[in-house]
Amino acid sequence: MPYIPHTQSDVESMLETIGVDSVDELFDEIPAGLAEEQPGSLSAGLPELDMLQSMQERASLDEGNICFAGAGCYDHHIPAAVWDIASRGEFMTAYTPYQAEASQGTLQLIYEYQSMMTQLMGMDVSNASVYDGASGLAEAILMAVRSNKTNKSGTVLYAESLNPDYLSVVETIVSSQGIQLEAMAIGEHGTVEIADSSQPEPAAVVIQQPNFFGRLELVDEITNWAHSCGALVIAVVNPTSLGILKAPGFWGDNGVDIACGDGQPLGVPMSSGGPSFGFICCKSKYVRQIPGRVVGRTEDLDGRVGYTLTLQAREQHIRRGKATSNICTNQGLLVTAGTIYMSLMGFQGLKETAIKSHQNCNYLHSRLLQITGVEAMFGGPFFHEFAIRLPIKSADLVDAMADQGILAGVSFTKFDIWRDKYPNALLVAVTEKRTKAEMDKYVDVFTRVLAG
Amino acid sequence: MELTKKGSSTIFDLGTFERRAHAQRVEHIEEDSIADLPQDLLRNDVPALPEVSELQAVRHYTNLSKKNFSIDGQFYPLGSCTMKYNPRAAHRAASLPGFLNRHPHAPEKVSQGFLGCLYDLQNILKELTGMKGVSLAPMAGAQGEFAGVSMIRAYHEANGDAERREIIVPSAAHGTNPATAVMCGYEVTEVGVGADGDVDVEELKSKVGPQTAGLMMTNPSTCGVFERQITQIADIVHGVGGLLYYDGANLNAILGKVKPGAMGFDVLHMNLHKTFATPHGGGGPGSGPVGVSDRLLPFLPIPIVEKNEAKDEGDWYSWASAENTRQSIGKLSAFSGNSGILLRALAYALLLGEQGMNRVGEFATLNANYLAARLSQSGFELAYPDRRATHEFIITFAKEAKELNVSAMDIAKRLLDYGVHAPTTYFPLMVPECFLIEPTETEDKSELDGFVDAMKAIREEMLNDRDLVCTAPHTLPVRRLDDVKAARELDLSWSAPS
Repeated sequence: MPYIPHTQSDVESMLETIGVDSVDELFDEIPAGLAEEQPGSLSAGLPELDMLQSMQERASLDEGNICFAGAGCYDHHIPAAVWDIASRGEFMTAYTPYQAEASQGTLQLIYEYQSMMTQLMGMDVSNASVYDGASGLAEAILMAVRSNKTNKSGTVLYAESLNPDYLSVVETIVSSQGIQLEAMAIGEHGTVEIADSSQPEPAAVVIQQPNFFGRLELVDEITNWAHSCGALVIAVVNPTSLGILKAPGFWGDNGVDIACGDGQPLGVPMSSGGPSFGFICCKSKYVRQIPGRVVGRTEDLDGRVGYTLTLQAREQHIRRGKATSNICTNQGLLVTAGTIYMSLMGFQGLKETAIKSHQNCNYLHSRLLQITGVEAMFGGPFFHEFAIRLPIKSADLVDAMADQGILAGVSFTKFDIWRDKYPNALLVAVTEKRTKAEMDKYVDVFTRVLAG
Repeated sequence: MELTKKGSSTIFDLGTFERRAHAQRVEHIEEDSIADLPQDLLRNDVPALPEVSELQAVRHYTNLSKKNFSIDGQFYPLGSCTMKYNPRAAHRAASLPGFLNRHPHAPEKVSQGFLGCLYDLQNILKELTGMKGVSLAPMAGAQGEFAGVSMIRAYHEANGDAERREIIVPSAAHGTNPATAVMCGYEVTEVGVGADGDVDVEELKSKVGPQTAGLMMTNPSTCGVFERQITQIADIVHGVGGLLYYDGANLNAILGKVKPGAMGFDVLHMNLHKTFATPHGGGGPGSGPVGVSDRLLPFLPIPIVEKNEAKDEGDWYSWASAENTRQSIGKLSAFSGNSGILLRALAYALLLGEQGMNRVGEFATLNANYLAARLSQSGFELAYPDRRATHEFIITFAKEAKELNVSAMDIAKRLLDYGVHAPTTYFPLMVPECFLIEPTETEDKSELDGFVDAMKAIREEMLNDRDLVCTAPHTLPVRRLDDVKAARELDLSWSAPS
């Protein structure tokens, strides 16, 4: 019996201790009629070898594409040590660190993670992570609306250049909470145009940097404008980009109020987009409104330094219906990977990764624009992702290039809000991992596909 | 003294200016490669990230890992958490390069392996729970709850039934239940639990009405007993037009024995990190797929995988189209949930098969009843002595607390010294000084006997050397921590010593 260690004599002696004749008798409180014989419709169990062979057969169907897709998930190099250490059973098979004395490893690691994230973001406080960037943004919006003591309108402005997948998730999660989401239009450069005064005063403003199109928003101006309206500012940022871009804590005169995003670029494999981790950082004054776990440093009875979950009075297991969120888990294992990643890269490594990604991205972009019929969607600089307009439907190009082992990018037709407007638009991401040979191959295949 | 200090160093303390893990450098960077970016958008501070060598980082985190209890290292009978063995093979399967390197937006034609896996898992979960449809989208149990209650809301709204403002939860429910109901815009009404651990049906009758949107419950309940009046409860809630939500936290108890669908539940979530043995990872990732009855099918969260028979030859898997999911409550994650965890759950299901799945509930129940019987025979007090244990059970130290002035927390901390992770303490809230104990099916008899021996030894200590218990633990990296200081003098991130 897989993973059940009982011998027949174990079972017999255990039943005798309990004082019953059979295992079935242990289920005698289940009303008759409910516990009927199950119809046998699952297949028989497989030995480990057969299971792995069957999974390998399937995995190989999806294998071997050179990745130029992004849109929130990026193919960066992951140092070998990251998952060697993160996969240790002591990290992987521990639970939420409720028994602090028996969980100092996880707790200290989360404290170090919080420290790294506050440094990287230029913010005061980080939580221990949430599920992913998109749900993290939803939590950040709920937090901002709760925290804004002067504007109780529940109106939240978001830049139209926000990742549409994030917007969808936000709509699902905040829809029952009396929050109105209003878009701030983008201009011809693919960046936000500051709203005119006809719009209602927002309780919060959401800005993504780099934005969904890879373009850079004028974050200082927008932050100052939003603050002057009495709104809290929520930044959605890519952590890799902060190797070169200004951290949200330094946007405008006073910095943003909440910074969030997805930690996938920090040592987490793409793995179809999950599991990853979402981060939320904020200014000190909002610490009691932050959702999820938070670890604090304290002392034990002997005055030795130790770490423990703290501010638990915000959480569901204490506050029940009055909690700041229903969230229980963070994404502990992915945070473990992210923390080891940041330790190995350091700021210098992160900066080099960001610069190289940008450099590669510029190279591919300029080569593609030399091809007849290919245009930049927007003028102006980008970080490691750009949008181009093709002479053919972008979904067809992606399909055709996939046949040649290249994931060409993400077609805008994947997103309801852009499908009709931009049927020929393609979003292309280039990380430090892409070699010149791979980029040149991309251009060759791309050219051939366009030539039909 | 030096040793102690060194042992508690953070990664930041180990760093030195300009040290780095050189193998992680990125080369071939050109001088002016970011010259095109506007100067005022660039970073000009240097954040204090660690500056350590690769060995320093590897050694630091390896040593930190050793300060954790884990399933791999210790018996971990944490009630309602199902800390069973996490097969390494499932981790290996999900880590195959084809899965690990798949981009979430990869087109369907190069995603047939992954999509096929999700499709199979959807079917397996449907089969095991007796529900009509499954979505794998929720990233954790609490998000599954959110999806479930959102579907209840969407269902009532689609019926023009806007008056339903209340969700009922038993007083013993997990804290997530009321928190979720509030997140979905509902008011929460509690219904009591009787002395036998079953829901007070008379009270329930008095609390349901046209305002009732639904009832959330676990079965077996958090009292570690099977709710015997479940059919009656379902009839009462359905009778007033409400729906029944099954919190799958305790599904391990009944896997292969009773299907939630057969008990009358309209919607449920499963915790794959419990029932399907995916690793807890020090507090995540979880995974909380939802299953529904016919009437909630249109509202399932997206994405969902469909199989289209014979497009040319063979099966073809695809994401359900926007047209087919128009009434969905929507997306819950940027992509398709915690996909890597879903693959681990599928691998687990393939390893166990039909028979293995049926045995899970049986042996989880056998282990819990054996441990309950042995503890009871050793003089510990069961909270529900007249009931069968399910996959978990409660003992109460109310007597010890009164007579010896030793709390459940003291005993929990002392257990750590015996190399056992403490059971869940002080939950459910209505049983004083309690342990909720869930041994799971993967522990062998000698491990359970060892737990009983430890408990007996601790009781001796309570009688003869009370302080030893009340100041435990004594053998761990730290002794009992000052939680009040942690909350009052918030220190949530490292700063350089001044």
